[in-house]
Amino acid sequence: MAKRIDVKDLNVYYGNFKAVEDVSMTVEPRSVTAFIGPSGCGKSTFLRTLNRMHEVIPGGRVEGSVMLDEEDLYSAKVDPVSVRRTVGMVFQRPNPFPTMSIFDNVAAGLRLNGVKNRKVVTETVEKSLRGANLWNEVKDRLDKPGAGLSGGQQQRLCIARAIAVQPEVMLMDEPCSALDPISTLAIEDLIVSLKDEFTIVIVTHNMQQAARVSDRTAFFNLAATGKPGRLIEIDDTATIFSNPVQKATEDYISGRFG
Amino acid sequence: MSSITGRSTVDQVPGPTGDVPRGRRRLGDTLFGGAANLSGVVVIAIVALTGVFLATRAVPSLLDDKVNFLTSTEWVPEPGNLRFGILQILWTTVSISVMAMIIAVPLGVLNALFLTQYAPRWLARPAASVIDLLAAIPSIVYGLWGIQVFAPHLTGLQKAVNDGLGWFPLFEGPISAGTIFIAGIVLAIMVLPIITALSREVFAQTPAANKEGALALGATKWEMIRTAVLPFGRAGVVSASMLGLGRALGETIAITIIVSSVAPGTDFFASWLQGGETFASKIANNAAEFNDPSSTGAYIAAGLVLFVLTFVVNAIARVIVNRRKAFA
Amino acid sequence: MSALDTGHQTGPLQRASSLAPSQGLAGRAARNTVATVVVVLAFVIAVIPLVWIILTVLQKGAALLPDASWWLNSQRGITPRIAGGGAYHAIIGTILQALATAVIAVPIGIFAAILLVEYSAGRLARVVSFTVDILSGLPSIVAALFIYAFWITTLGFSRSGFAVSLALVLLMIPVVVRSTEEMLKLVPNELREASFALGVPKWKTIVRIVLPTAFSGIVTGVLLGLARIMGETAPLLILVGYSQSINTNLFSGNMAALPLMINNDRQQALEPAVERVWAAALTLVLLVLVLNIAGRLIARFSSVKK
Repeated sequence: MAKRIDVKDLNVYYGNFKAVEDVSMTVEPRSVTAFIGPSGCGKSTFLRTLNRMHEVIPGGRVEGSVMLDEEDLYSAKVDPVSVRRTVGMVFQRPNPFPTMSIFDNVAAGLRLNGVKNRKVVTETVEKSLRGANLWNEVKDRLDKPGAGLSGGQQQRLCIARAIAVQPEVMLMDEPCSALDPISTLAIEDLIVSLKDEFTIVIVTHNMQQAARVSDRTAFFNLAATGKPGRLIEIDDTATIFSNPVQKATEDYISGRFG
Repeated sequence: MSSITGRSTVDQVPGPTGDVPRGRRRLGDTLFGGAANLSGVVVIAIVALTGVFLATRAVPSLLDDKVNFLTSTEWVPEPGNLRFGILQILWTTVSISVMAMIIAVPLGVLNALFLTQYAPRWLARPAASVIDLLAAIPSIVYGLWGIQVFAPHLTGLQKAVNDGLGWFPLFEGPISAGTIFIAGIVLAIMVLPIITALSREVFAQTPAANKEGALALGATKWEMIRTAVLPFGRAGVVSASMLGLGRALGETIAITIIVSSVAPGTDFFASWLQGGETFASKIANNAAEFNDPSSTGAYIAAGLVLFVLTFVVNAIARVIVNRRKAFA
Repeated sequence: MSALDTGHQTGPLQRASSLAPSQGLAGRAARNTVATVVVVLAFVIAVIPLVWIILTVLQKGAALLPDASWWLNSQRGITPRIAGGGAYHAIIGTILQALATAVIAVPIGIFAAILLVEYSAGRLARVVSFTVDILSGLPSIVAALFIYAFWITTLGFSRSGFAVSLALVLLMIPVVVRSTEEMLKLVPNELREASFALGVPKWKTIVRIVLPTAFSGIVTGVLLGLARIMGETAPLLILVGYSQSINTNLFSGNMAALPLMINNDRQQALEPAVERVWAAALTLVLLVLVLNIAGRLIARFSSVKK
């Protein structure tokens, strides 16, 4: 489990508009990498290229390569559907399936991918809910709708749903931005414990969060509105927050802009 | 070891069937997308074929027509001696539709204003449902009610109009049992829900900022409606009216039942206090006699004209709606 | 300028000295009141025919409905002079034709809506959207003529209940497409993304996630579509003959339907026939209103929640 991501010279487009330019980086396995930067700098867009979710948007396309260990995600013979099974994703707003119970939500990925064995499904659901620190709170109401949980619980349910298909990498797009501070803390604890098993990439607006949970931090910025976003620098989180190389990073970290 | 090009981790969870072959999954997408595309093509084909088949059946009869199809008022499609023109039918169709629109458009707009601007919250929704229910009543019931129950109430009014304005061609006698006038009113009731529903939709979208801006200038509610709501909804009302008109032009059985047909060979007349036949009722009245291809072709030609008319009216409505969306 | 002397009268508007309505306002307030009265009156005018029609149909048609024979018997052997007989032949005809229509129109309509919402990028979707608008404005008599020219004249089939169903398909498709489309659009995109991110293929995402979420709306569309086509008369006039007896074979022979039963006897003056015409009208109105109201209730109580 857990793989290394190697991005080389990646350009990301919406139709003819270049949203992200020339990104190269390596994401280490079993670590947490945080993407920070001002709104519109393309960090979420870039994140979505790591499991080919970007191309779900009409006109979305990329140039360059994203290697998952030895395999190029964008090679012609790769099925984007398989990519997304290998690279899971958690979204900004909790999005449990409204027609399904808590149990069915977590089981959804398995069942929709053709796993029918009930024992396997039941075991995986429990394991995933425990992994998402949610089991104790929901074990007595697994058949209730997922939408009935609190926002923080819903987000942990979504994380459980994502880990149930046993991906190698977990992408998180501002997973706490819709949550209160207590729920945020619970998710942050969870992220730290998940990195034993997964490669984790998290986009966040919250610099303290990046400092708390991540091992490495990447700073994205854009020169001006309408210009593509770029990766300014990526380094160990401690270095980025105490001694960044680039002036722009330091300005952003110290709150002088953005 | 899992791989994105081959089996993924999920496949390694031992299920009763082992794993999911990739080929089948791609096939699923191909079939499903294919079914969606096919349905789209079927929908397009239906409309295209409607035009094609009506034209194919109508053209031979049109070529054999002994009188001018557009300007003649005759309608005697005897095999071997086809004489049919649409002038009288067109006049009746347009008259009934115009009459209906004269009543239904203002009434529909007022109702839409009532539902969006005046009705209290608790009433707005049930009231809208009540108007929508008018659309649910089958046309044939409108027809029955129109001629048997409603028409007798109009006898006095029609007679008064004829007495006072009978010199004007539109109100000439003798008054028929079922007149264009009656049918126009019934048709107005039938298209009212369409016009109300669409106007209601656009009025409800008036930005609160526009309305509050007007009210903050000291406008009364009515002035606010005139300066903010009506201008904002104008395009929507026009397109709603076009859709209502399309519906009115094609209405069949209610008009067939209400409007008395006139003897063949009657000279052209313009009066709204007499009977007549619209494209739709002309076809419906003679449906039982569709046996000879050439005379049937005459009715199909009438149907083709109706198809073209409603197509154009609906297309215009659609264009107006889209242009409005582009600005929204 | 003299305005300087008069002080408060500098602007084009006379400044109100108090909050009490001034003279100019009185006229405006009157106009406002008139407008309110007219608007409320317009609603009353719109409701009158609905109430009037429903009361008429109830009053003239209710007599026969409590009788079991109305629901179980046909009109076989009954003449306008004789009281009795039922509407079973017409009810079953209407239902069978509507079901046959739904079997064809619902899948086409749902898949076309899926094309419009889930595969909306291409040019095909734009053309289909326009065509659906045209189809929803297509007069039923034109739909009937098309099926006559296509199915009966060109392909050589005879008039039948199924020919009617084919014409009704044209009228039902746009209703199903539009209501399904509306509901699919209401399904939050986040749910699709969540499913894609689990490595679920698009078609499975649509079938297992999107359609169940939009299910109630699709059911509403189908019910409203059925209500619309059951009340149609024009296709029946052209595409099938009326039968006073029960015929459950859609593919051959004359076949009754409620609108056709009404049409057949509507010019009769004899009391037994008149009574049956109105009873059939009431039956039809009940059928259509029940479907309509059921559809609306489903839509209201189970709309997609975000």
